[in-house]
Amino acid sequence: MADENTIAPDRGSGPGLEVTNLSVERGGRRVLSDLSFTVSSGEALLIRGPNGSGKTTLLRTIAGFLSPISGHIRLAGDEEQPLRERIHYVGHLNGVRASLMVEENVRFWARYLGGSEDRVSAALERFGLASLASIPTGYLSAGQRRRLALVRPLLAFRPLWLLDEPSTSLDARSTAVLAEAIDEHVSSGGIVVAATHLELGIARSRELRLGFAAEQA
Amino acid sequence: MKSFRTLVQRDLLLAVREGGATGTALGFYLVVIALMPLGLGPDLQLLSRIAPGVLWIGLLLAALLSLGRMFDVDQEEGVLEVLTTGALPLELVVAAKALAHWISSCLPLAILTPILGLLLNLELAAYPVLVVTVLIGSPAISFLGSVGAALTLRSRRGGLLIALLVLPLYIPTLIFGISAISAVVTPPGSLEASLLLLSAVTIASLVIGPIAAAAALRAQLG
Repeated sequence: MADENTIAPDRGSGPGLEVTNLSVERGGRRVLSDLSFTVSSGEALLIRGPNGSGKTTLLRTIAGFLSPISGHIRLAGDEEQPLRERIHYVGHLNGVRASLMVEENVRFWARYLGGSEDRVSAALERFGLASLASIPTGYLSAGQRRRLALVRPLLAFRPLWLLDEPSTSLDARSTAVLAEAIDEHVSSGGIVVAATHLELGIARSRELRLGFAAEQA
Repeated sequence: MKSFRTLVQRDLLLAVREGGATGTALGFYLVVIALMPLGLGPDLQLLSRIAPGVLWIGLLLAALLSLGRMFDVDQEEGVLEVLTTGALPLELVVAAKALAHWISSCLPLAILTPILGLLLNLELAAYPVLVVTVLIGSPAISFLGSVGAALTLRSRRGGLLIALLVLPLYIPTLIFGISAISAVVTPPGSLEASLLLLSAVTIASLVIGPIAAAAALRAQLG
């Protein structure tokens, strides 16, 4: 696997996400140190590593929730637009409100994230949530709520998807839908950075292995 | 702007769906004011003299009750982090949520205030100015309160802590609100000056509140 983990020359269609010498501390402990990698557009990067190796920290730093103690994160494209408007972040938490209907949650995100409301029903359909559209989200199972969270990236086009363990509590069918959605996004020139144990089975994916020393393998 | 409106609408919808907050605030306000004549005895003159102050303080305390919920459910369910990836800067996210809090909590309390004035034998001349001061002054409750709500986000049972943090910030609003009323009820005194100062406090809070609360939220997201 070693050959996959080294920083391969760009296989994609152009420069994408560039992370240089990134160091992040959490609670006084250096979680990531001098991490550098690039992901070209049209490529998926799967982050692997044992618990506590900094997968979530890396994603949250790229999303801008954590500030690194050193290093740079650059996303190619319209530099005028702030980074936060060019990413979709799906974290451990689903980002849905229990007392809103399924569809209300999705419509809210579509409007708020600058997406089109026309995509709402198609996106719900895709993850098999169409029949649950008018049920309060609080009644959904864990897997159904996870699917609801994964609908979000489909609502508005944004080049970079940051997914943190996206397949948690998903069944096999939904996992396949997720892999397909990722594949589609990547082949349309998007970038996906996912912390996952899921085998996506897509051609243009690489792995980044984080260890406790936060070195690339 | 579309995101701002969407967020305000969602928060108002949630306030209606999850009920509780507004009803609790109104009920609390009613009970506190209703207890006053019982505690102080049937001295009508005394009641009408202290009525403006009691109403204002009751309103501040009642509005505090729902402040703690401004961010906490959104934070627990991961909504807050996704909200930061929208077109709105975090300051405007806070402003939208504070505005929704004002509409769903402070506005109903402001409407209830003149009705509760009857319980305290409020002087007739004081009603219009009381309503005006409450309407002008109450946005400061939500916007300054957002700072307290943001600071106590991660602390369990932050409710009491919010009161400690935020009540001192309400002192200017309280002082100018009351002085406007007493300018009408017990002249001399300048109604205009008090109202202008009250507006100034509110306008300053509209700016300072969201900036400070957004800074606190950024620190908590990490």
